[in-house]
Amino acid sequence: MMSSNSTQISNDDLAAEVEAWLDQHWDDQNRREKGTDRLDVKSWLGKLVDAGYSVPTWSPDWFGRGYSSRQARVIDDILKSRKVVGRSQDRYNLGAVTTYRLGSEQLKSELLRDMLTGAHSCLLYSEPNAGSDLAGVRTRAEWVAGPDGGEYVINGQKVWTSNAKDATYGMLLARTDWDVPKHGGISFFIFPMKQAGVDIRPINQITGESEFNEIFIEDARVPARNVVGELNGGWKVLQTALAYERLIMGEGATERRGKQKSSVPPLVELAKRHGKIDDPVIRQKMAQAIAYRQLNALNMKRAKDEIVNNGSSSLMSLGKLAMSRIQHGEAAVAAEILGPKSLLDGEFFKDSADMNFDSAKAYMNSIGGGSDQIQRNIISERILGLPREIEVDRNMPFRDVKSG
Amino acid sequence: MTEISSEDRYAMRDSFSKLLAEQASEKALREAMASPHGFDENLWKSMAELGLLGLIVDPEYGGIGGDAQILEDLMEEAGAHLLCSPFISTSVIAASLISASSDERLKAELLSSICDGTKIFAVAATGENGLWTSEDISVEAHKNGDQWTLDGAASFVLHAEKADQLLVLARTDGDIRVFLTDTDADAVAVQKLDTNDPTLRLSKVIFSGPNARPLVDVDEAAIETALDLAKLAQAGEHAGGVKRIFDITVEYLRTRYQFGRQIGSYQSLKHIAADMLIEVESAASAARHAAKMMAAGSPETKAFISLAAFACADSYRDVSAQAIQLHGGIAYTWEHPAHLYWRRARTGLWLFGSSDQHREEYLTCLEAA
Repeated sequence: MMSSNSTQISNDDLAAEVEAWLDQHWDDQNRREKGTDRLDVKSWLGKLVDAGYSVPTWSPDWFGRGYSSRQARVIDDILKSRKVVGRSQDRYNLGAVTTYRLGSEQLKSELLRDMLTGAHSCLLYSEPNAGSDLAGVRTRAEWVAGPDGGEYVINGQKVWTSNAKDATYGMLLARTDWDVPKHGGISFFIFPMKQAGVDIRPINQITGESEFNEIFIEDARVPARNVVGELNGGWKVLQTALAYERLIMGEGATERRGKQKSSVPPLVELAKRHGKIDDPVIRQKMAQAIAYRQLNALNMKRAKDEIVNNGSSSLMSLGKLAMSRIQHGEAAVAAEILGPKSLLDGEFFKDSADMNFDSAKAYMNSIGGGSDQIQRNIISERILGLPREIEVDRNMPFRDVKSG
Repeated sequence: MTEISSEDRYAMRDSFSKLLAEQASEKALREAMASPHGFDENLWKSMAELGLLGLIVDPEYGGIGGDAQILEDLMEEAGAHLLCSPFISTSVIAASLISASSDERLKAELLSSICDGTKIFAVAATGENGLWTSEDISVEAHKNGDQWTLDGAASFVLHAEKADQLLVLARTDGDIRVFLTDTDADAVAVQKLDTNDPTLRLSKVIFSGPNARPLVDVDEAAIETALDLAKLAQAGEHAGGVKRIFDITVEYLRTRYQFGRQIGSYQSLKHIAADMLIEVESAASAARHAAKMMAAGSPETKAFISLAAFACADSYRDVSAQAIQLHGGIAYTWEHPAHLYWRRARTGLWLFGSSDQHREEYLTCLEAA
């Protein structure tokens, strides 16, 4: 199907090629494959993947074209503008990216096409006793002999998994050696989710939402060949996977920010609606809350400029921590504006309901994806070069490590 | 203002940085702040030789013609060294006010004396409440025939003791105008005020009818621009100062040992350092963006100057205060520099308006947007 294998192709020629291919195969109006009456995701993704447009930066051996990220951007821009399903999976499909970058050849030939054509992945990292201290995972993976290298029997509990119900694969962190220090006894598996012994239960969150699940795993199986990277080398694999995840989250955050553009800040509108716009104390607090968001935006803009000029920027890693005080702070000021109306909620008190929701949702940023305290460790260690706090369990066999 | 390439900007910042490294060490700073006039006159001469005193003055009048961005850039260097000098009053506020005048002869004379360092200007811009608002101006200008005279008092006047001439913001019948008068006139009494920050020189100035000359066509908009430039210059100074005291503090956290380990390994301290870093970087971002907006003549200039004014001042206040705490006992000594940064930060909280005033102004700009 590939009409061009050359990585030398000019951006204009590439754009023309993609547009022509889409004209032939994609119905922009109805967002489906031409000549069909509804979108068959698997079939459509198969076409897009085989054309080399879904993971253009990957090697031609694996559905890609060996393109630069700039060339990939040309393709992405077109797919995005024509609302094509399946763009830039080399950036957004975490399971596929991890398998492509770190999996064995066998694993790639077995799973990659499936992962790229609609089989979703979810993350099985955190556990009730391994949150900030992720290397403390206690889910067991025990090897049993069998054909083709045997398999591992998995027992344990995972938590904070989103999209678990739809997932075909789980990126699983499990302990394969209990007699070495904690970081050295963990392996990383691509784990089949749809099997007996995998029980998915939604978590009811303080916002009233249910984005996340708990996963109870009892005597479930994963083939030994599904280990990613080295056996007991899972911590290293995780670091790479987390780096990709942060990249995706970062890009998502920038795209979301781009959308929200009102010249008058929402807090000002809220204060006007509730007769507080002339209250000098409220005005000070509003100005400060708005300023924190503006300052973070200026920091992130500087970060982007630095990345363009120097290839990297330490400012980037300040964004998440700064966002915590922005979100908690804005919700707190909104509550002060509403005063006793903060007690109310529901559809008849929408401003109150929004404020109450935001007050709870702010914890998503300050706890999820590495709590503020973990972020402060990362910033002070990686940017400021301060030493790590002494960890008492770092060199101890994991079975002797206290947990609770 | 003329175009200055980014290479020229880097070169200027670099040569200013070298000058300060040579002549504005901590030892030199301590000598300067203990001297009667509170600044190093040799350093002032060197700054004149580098052309820095005419930084924002048009080349036509002997200056460099730099814009807000280059000013902010250099002020970061000045702030890192806690430079004490009449730079902001002479080369920023006075230079800006005089440049706005249409009296070419006077302009040429005064601006060239700023550029070559022969004259120091003080600006009497606020009254005894120190609010830096037009309501706080209590000096009145009276006209008898062709002659203007001044009456009343101004306070919080920077470097008035050593100044050769004074620019005075005074009330006339209709509006606020700017007047030029000599500091050695009999009818001008300069009273030095004791200050908490030893790098700061302030005076109260009492006018009992000295003759004064109005700066032609310098209106309230020109006054606002000059004070905005002063706020920007101070924001840049803060951004540079807060970065330097932060770096000094982090270095101490790395090298100081207690209980057998570097104190920077304690989360109770390193977490404070991480929070401080956000403040330090936010100050730089705010000051630089405000400068960029101002240089580009953006309609958002006012909002971003206000943002930079309180964000940089508050950042400096918080980080320099934590710097003393994180150092512990050593920073409780006069010999350690931390308190000098802390005092300078506390100065910045009130010069050219308070953080609360700037926040109010920022919000007002956003509402109007």
